[in-house]
Amino acid sequence: MGSSVATPPPVPAQKPPPQAKTATDAVEGSATWALADRLGLGICWALGLLFCAIAVAVVVYLLIQGITYLKPSMLVTPATAGFTQGESGGFSDALVGTLIVATMGISIALPAGVAIAVWLVEYGRPAALARITESTIEAIAGIPSIVLALFGTVIFSSTALGFLSRSSEGVVFGRSFFAASAMLSLVALPLIVASTREGLNSIPRHVREASYAVGKTKAATTRRILLPASRPQVATGAMLGLGRIIGDTAIIVVLLGATQNFAPVEGASFPLNYLRGAGTTLTNFVYEASPTGNLNQPEKAYAAAFVLLLMVLGLNAAVDVVHRRARRVGTWSS
Amino acid sequence: MLGALVCAVVGLLLAMIVTVFVRAWPSFSHNGLAWFGPGGNVDDQLNAIFLSGQAGAEYVYTFHAWPLIWSTILITGGAVLIALFSALFVAVFIVEFAPEWMSDILQPVVRFLASVPSVIYGLIGVVVLVPLIGNHLVTEGQKGSVAGVISLTGYSLLAAITVLTVMIAPLMVSIFSDGLRAVKPGWLEGSLALGVNRWRTTWKIGVRTARPAIVAGTVLATARAIGEAVMLAMISGSVGFAPNPADGLIFIYEPSRPLAPTIVKNVDQLSSPPANATLFAIATVLLFSATIFSLTGWLARRSMKKYGSA
Repeated sequence: MGSSVATPPPVPAQKPPPQAKTATDAVEGSATWALADRLGLGICWALGLLFCAIAVAVVVYLLIQGITYLKPSMLVTPATAGFTQGESGGFSDALVGTLIVATMGISIALPAGVAIAVWLVEYGRPAALARITESTIEAIAGIPSIVLALFGTVIFSSTALGFLSRSSEGVVFGRSFFAASAMLSLVALPLIVASTREGLNSIPRHVREASYAVGKTKAATTRRILLPASRPQVATGAMLGLGRIIGDTAIIVVLLGATQNFAPVEGASFPLNYLRGAGTTLTNFVYEASPTGNLNQPEKAYAAAFVLLLMVLGLNAAVDVVHRRARRVGTWSS
Repeated sequence: MLGALVCAVVGLLLAMIVTVFVRAWPSFSHNGLAWFGPGGNVDDQLNAIFLSGQAGAEYVYTFHAWPLIWSTILITGGAVLIALFSALFVAVFIVEFAPEWMSDILQPVVRFLASVPSVIYGLIGVVVLVPLIGNHLVTEGQKGSVAGVISLTGYSLLAAITVLTVMIAPLMVSIFSDGLRAVKPGWLEGSLALGVNRWRTTWKIGVRTARPAIVAGTVLATARAIGEAVMLAMISGSVGFAPNPADGLIFIYEPSRPLAPTIVKNVDQLSSPPANATLFAIATVLLFSATIFSLTGWLARRSMKKYGSA
């Protein structure tokens, strides 16, 4: 943030006053409670430990299976047809596909989400439209991704959008990285809007007024002061959205295709021929390679799931780091 | 310009609702309310619908979705009930009773469980939970007793409900604990000052005050559970069968298939016009129920804000 002079340095967080809770902790343990109350506390502990146990089990199980079956060669070889799991290659196409989808999806969702949040917090007139928008975002957050996927088949199979996917003899195939990314960006959008709004709302009024007082316009205030100041929340929203994009399977299965390789479109120049073609991602690969899928190669599924889990863990850790740094920098004085 | 973008997003949602409904209309208009009712084998019906579109003959639309709807109700209801119970206790634990080190562990754990992709839950369900149920929990006698109707392989309501609970409980925990943290400390202190112990204070004052958050969390989690497609497609058993609780406890070992996985499983049939209409009809039901649930949750949270406890 050093570049923007206009950003007022946030005041270091004041030490919170000692809470009453610690005092009660000191005087009242559970020893004096009635039996039913102590039983309830026991349930709390049991369920809390159960949650931890489930998380540890998921990580450890995939870690063991992943280390057993993941070979570095799988990350660089594409899937091929083969009779045994040793012959059928790796999942490099799926890995690259996940990266493509994540990049494209977030590059649509991030600007749109931030713009909607800015409009909602800073402008928001007419009020009726603001209320409608709020409930729209809420509704989009609740729409099952499989329904978004079906809607995507309608949009991207239309002849007008034929240039975004493969088409032959006037029939538009409708499955491409463009189609999948566009629909996946809708999955990420509500998270980015919610997080950015939270950031903008936490900036007190006097910061805006100070900026207006030195003659900045509303747009300049937003761009130079409010958005830089809410950068941690925007980043958090983007990473949460990225996690959802990476983890979504239904949209990929419907809109990217049931293939395990890139299927570039002939007669298009380099990046476009891949982006217009069908492909695959890690989630799709895990789905198809699981014992219930069409490939049924559980060892590959473990390996791909392990890579996917590492990505999710990485994103989680990044969110934690951003949170912690934002807390260390401190909050606004009001 | 921002306003135009906002209008575009609102328009997109409206266009989606209209498009999905228009596409679904043939299926609804042919079946009427019987669409939601029982009758016949739903898998055979789906197959007949698909084939009629390919042959170029007269389209068949007859479809009675009750087994799929019933399976959705059982799996979603079961998972939401269990998750509500456990999430409430865990949220209370995190906010009030856990020692600091414990809640420092639990919070990242909850966030992690919420962010694991559903396909990974599905994979673990298929390779761990399903064989466990199929080989160890279901007895041979139970398998024999229903052998003429359905085979019990471990792909079951029990597996689906268990994994779905793990998927939606973290979402509930995070919303519940936000609500519990927002309870005014003075209210709790007032109760404590009267000599009520901390446990009863939390439940009588804290949880009651946070009721809007509990409603919101439950409803949002329900919306998520209804829309869950891929994980359930992997472990619910994928049979258009309606398990009957009146048969005794064995029904939790029986396979079924909810609405959303039906779309995933039949997505390659979209090219057949009547199958297309039928799948969009299923999507319409999902869209409406999920939207109603998420808007209810939003209203509940708004009332919470007005109430001053958030």
